[in-house]
Amino acid sequence: MIALSDYLILGAILFAISVAGIYLNRKNVIILLMSIELMLLAVNLNFIAFSHYLNDLAGQVFVFFILTVAAAESAIGLAIIIVLFRRRHTINIEDLDTLKG
Amino acid sequence: MFEANQLSLAIWLPIIGGIAVLATGNDQRAALARIVALVVSIATLLVTLPLYSGFDKATGDMQFLEHYQWIPALNINYSLAIDGIALLLIMLTAFITIIVVISAWQVIQQKVAQYFAAFLIMEGLMIGVFSATDAILFYVFWEAMLIPMFLIIGIWGGPNRIYATIKFFLYTLLGSLLMLVALIYLYLKSGNSFALADMYAVKLSLTEQIWLFSAFFMAFAVKIPMFPVHTWLPDAHVEAPAGGSVVLAAIMLKMGAYGFIRFNLPITPDASHSLSGVIIALSLIAIVYISLVALAQTDMKKLIAYSSIAHMGFVTLGLFVFNKMAVEGAIIQMISHGFISGAMFLCVGVLYDRMHTRSMDDYGGVANTMPKFAAFMMFFAMANAGLPGTSGFVGEFLVILGVFQVNPWYAIIAGTTLVLGAAYTLWMYRRVIFGAVSNDNVKALKDINSREIFFLLILTLSVLIMGLWPAPFLETINASVDKLLTLAAVTKL
Amino acid sequence: MMDDMKLVYLAIPLVCLFAALVAGVFGRQIGRVGAHSITVAGVAIAFVLSLYVYLDVLAGNTFNGTVYVWGISDNFPFEVGFLIDSLTATMMVIVTFVSLMVHIYTIGYMHDDPGYQRFFSYISLFTFAMLMLVMSNNFLQLFFGWELVGLVSYLLIGFWYTRDTAIYANMKAFLVNRVGDLGFLIGIAAIYATFGTLDYNAVFASVPEVLGQTIEILPGSEWSIISFICIMLFIGAMGKSAQVPLHVWLPDSMEGPTPISALIHAATMVTAGIFMVARTSPLFEFSETALSLVMIIGAITAFFMALLGLVQNDIKRVVAYSTLSQLGYMTVGLGASGYAASIFHLGTHAFFKALLFLAAGSVIIAMHHEQDMRKMGGLRKFLPWTYITAVIGSLALAGIPPFSGFFSKDLIIESVHHSELFGSGFAYAAVLSGVGLTAFYSFRLVFMTFHGRPRMDQHTLQHLKESPTVVILPLILLAIPSMFAGALFMNPMVFSDFFSGAIFVLPQHDVIGAIAEDYQGKSGMAVVFGFMLHGILQPPFWLAAGGVVLAWLFYIRMPELPGKLVASVKPLYTLLMNKYYIDDFNQKFFADGTVAVGRLMSKYGDTIFIDGWLVNGTAKAVGYFSRVLKPLQSGLVNHFAFAMIIGLLVLMTWFIKVN
Repeated sequence: MIALSDYLILGAILFAISVAGIYLNRKNVIILLMSIELMLLAVNLNFIAFSHYLNDLAGQVFVFFILTVAAAESAIGLAIIIVLFRRRHTINIEDLDTLKG
Repeated sequence: MFEANQLSLAIWLPIIGGIAVLATGNDQRAALARIVALVVSIATLLVTLPLYSGFDKATGDMQFLEHYQWIPALNINYSLAIDGIALLLIMLTAFITIIVVISAWQVIQQKVAQYFAAFLIMEGLMIGVFSATDAILFYVFWEAMLIPMFLIIGIWGGPNRIYATIKFFLYTLLGSLLMLVALIYLYLKSGNSFALADMYAVKLSLTEQIWLFSAFFMAFAVKIPMFPVHTWLPDAHVEAPAGGSVVLAAIMLKMGAYGFIRFNLPITPDASHSLSGVIIALSLIAIVYISLVALAQTDMKKLIAYSSIAHMGFVTLGLFVFNKMAVEGAIIQMISHGFISGAMFLCVGVLYDRMHTRSMDDYGGVANTMPKFAAFMMFFAMANAGLPGTSGFVGEFLVILGVFQVNPWYAIIAGTTLVLGAAYTLWMYRRVIFGAVSNDNVKALKDINSREIFFLLILTLSVLIMGLWPAPFLETINASVDKLLTLAAVTKL
Repeated sequence: MMDDMKLVYLAIPLVCLFAALVAGVFGRQIGRVGAHSITVAGVAIAFVLSLYVYLDVLAGNTFNGTVYVWGISDNFPFEVGFLIDSLTATMMVIVTFVSLMVHIYTIGYMHDDPGYQRFFSYISLFTFAMLMLVMSNNFLQLFFGWELVGLVSYLLIGFWYTRDTAIYANMKAFLVNRVGDLGFLIGIAAIYATFGTLDYNAVFASVPEVLGQTIEILPGSEWSIISFICIMLFIGAMGKSAQVPLHVWLPDSMEGPTPISALIHAATMVTAGIFMVARTSPLFEFSETALSLVMIIGAITAFFMALLGLVQNDIKRVVAYSTLSQLGYMTVGLGASGYAASIFHLGTHAFFKALLFLAAGSVIIAMHHEQDMRKMGGLRKFLPWTYITAVIGSLALAGIPPFSGFFSKDLIIESVHHSELFGSGFAYAAVLSGVGLTAFYSFRLVFMTFHGRPRMDQHTLQHLKESPTVVILPLILLAIPSMFAGALFMNPMVFSDFFSGAIFVLPQHDVIGAIAEDYQGKSGMAVVFGFMLHGILQPPFWLAAGGVVLAWLFYIRMPELPGKLVASVKPLYTLLMNKYYIDDFNQKFFADGTVAVGRLMSKYGDTIFIDGWLVNGTAKAVGYFSRVLKPLQSGLVNHFAFAMIIGLLVLMTWFIKVN
């Protein structure tokens, strides 16, 4: 039997990988987007695991919502990246620092 | 029909008048703007006259009360009333504004309507400060007043005006925000009331009082200005147009002292007593140190600005020795300084209009080409040096007499102004007015015209009357000072 | 009757003020003739009325009343009022008489000056101020007049305002006077704090009640309050009456036109300090400390300023130093409690010193504004009237009987001789040796100017002529009292009870009474002759005579002697020529020093410390911290996201741990 903790540890590892991906990534916005997706996946995994062990379907329903929103979000994200590339001719993160103080 | 709302009339007439002046529009109709401004300013003085005639000098209570709800949810009211001290300051404001309007008649040629409007609106706001008896109303007028002055210096000022305005604004804002905090604290302590009378009645521990005193002190000391928060004043004066300097020196500086009278002394009497040593020390430093600094100036306006700070040192000194004669002297000094510093800045303005320089090195021998002007300036210089017979003497004399009773050394140190004040004023006079004609620019100077003679003459008469017969002024404030000292003497612990 | 007199009292100063205002404001409209007519008329009216008041006071009518209430502060009414008694009336007559003479003289002296109307306006204004000063019945008004005469003196010293020396001198005069005024004002404040009033009579009446009171000025040292008040008042007198070390302004004040030197800087204003001390004699009498100080300061001034008079070559400066020295005599007299003698000397000095100045002015007109005596000589042939009057003045100044100066000066010397206060021995020596010096320098002036060989250039010599009548007339009118006032007024003024209501002397200080004892029972002229006879047998007379003879020897008989003497005492001569270096010290230490301190404070205090460190420093500190924090705001989304996550973790940990 796989314990709840195993799922949670997997989720945490996935989350940590995505965090590292966000922070360490210095080149590519696409990778950033992928890391965010991975982060959402880690959350989804937690939802499903808890849903199963607590016998509460609400968690799995939420996962569907999240997947939908994530899909929409990545679509919009990719669209923004395309627009960005058209304007700036780069998707290198270090060039996109107009928020710099 | 205005019987009941005389104070409101004095506040709003110039403000609405100012808006009317603004409505005359661009410089093509400058003549109209000037006339409207003059009419409004004279009308305002006329409106304040019934305040004087109807004022009951026998009592120190607030008079001409007006009370309307403003923001009921927070118990903020539009309530106005004056005592003798406020009355004199209101009349001074109305009087000086007329002088400013006349003095700017030909001098200001750009954005004329806006210039006059700024002064008229500021006049209304200043009268509002002097007559408000609700703390928030006071605060609103207090802050709003900064805006026209900010614009006057920032738009019609000299080359370094942006630095000066920002310095002026930040300095004063820093202080007033602390005042707002203190007011909110008092609001909570006094059972949700912003009325000054309720604040006078609330009990406070000494620690609370010291904190509140310090907060108010920051707001008012900057405005006076006291050493060491005075350095905005020389810069602001130097950059301000003549009219701006006049209002700044003649009225705005008095706001700080008025704040001490309205807030510090009655609300935090115990702290006032326990901290009076600090205030007295700062005042004496202001008198001696600032006078010495004034000696080193080569810019006429800077010199007069420093002289203003030194003279205001007498005001704070007089207020914080808690002796009636000294307090009365301090208030008289406030009024008198309004006339004299205003006149001195106008004199510099007269020269600046002709020569476009404030540096004393560019002058010399003006008496040869402008004898009438030299005579007027001699008079005001002597008044500034506190010559008996001019108003400048009355306040200093009473303060020294009062202070001596408390501690002879205070009087002796303050008395050095007799020498130092004369030294910097007369040295300036000597370098600018006396001597042989120093250059061609001075040689080409034209003596003052009838308009300039007119406003200098009016100020001369005011200074003389107040110096030779201060009795009416003293009589007006007598009962109010009694009341103030009673409030300041009762412990709140 | 009383009201009529009050109107007269009011009219005396106001008529001068009115004339001053008309001449000053409407000078151009009324023209030169108009200006001098109205001011001379004004002062003449004041003089006649003053005489009337004087006779009225002689008849026993005194007055003390309020004109109006200046202001009420702390329930105390500050008033402007008049006190008319023998002292006031005497001063009024002296002031208006000398002023009238000077007004007339000015018509001739300032004839070609473009500032003619302005000048008349000033001297009339001065007369007003001086009258307000002497007629006052309280300290406030005294101070008012005190400062106003100072103002007019400032304006008149700087009358020729295009001259650098003049505008230097007038500012110096005003500031040095202000130093004295500071003491005076503190004295007034002390009087108010002690007595609760500023009215003369009320103050004097309650002096006995405060005798034991002390004031702690420096920690641990208790001073008698009366001594403190008197010393402070005397500091004021030192400024106005030019006593060492506040004497430095008076010689420089000679930059003003000569009539002013006569009126303000010899006859009237500088004697205000003497008058004030005499007026406040009920205070000074109770402080032997103050009296001793007064006597010592006066003695120093009398002797050391006379020494300076010996070496001056500028004709006006000789007279100026003699004025300083004579003011020292008056001050010594005050310190010895011989107030009446001092006031008497004040009066005679006003006449003969005004005369000497005006005569010097007459010489200066004839010499085309040359003031150096080394370029004069032999003028007696060209200026006979000036010569005669100047000799009369010099004889009076030197104290040769029967001229007026003899009586008044001898009285002072006798007073000091009788005094038993600390310092009276020194003072006696100083005033005695001063007599010889006075005689020497005054006749040095006469001999150098009027006798000997003419030393001026040919052009000046050919144009020498006696001054016009308006100049000579005042000289003659002043010469008359210079000759006779001493003999005429000594007995009635000093030896009678003329001043009894106005001047107060304790029995143990009554030196005048001690002198008068010798003449008890004699009447009128017998006293005068007795005094003269007595005087001739005393050292002062022989010293004076010796001074005159020595001056004759030095400047007529053996003109090469002065040069030899100077060469033999070179260091002393240099010291005297440099006025003991007091001026240099003041300039370097006080004037330049104060300005230097001001510059330092302005630079380091205001500009660098407050503006640089505190104000702009605050702004810079904010800027510095924002620069430090700026890299945190990298602008990279992933950094922000990472920070957010870290923040979330911290918050979650905190929530779990705390709750």
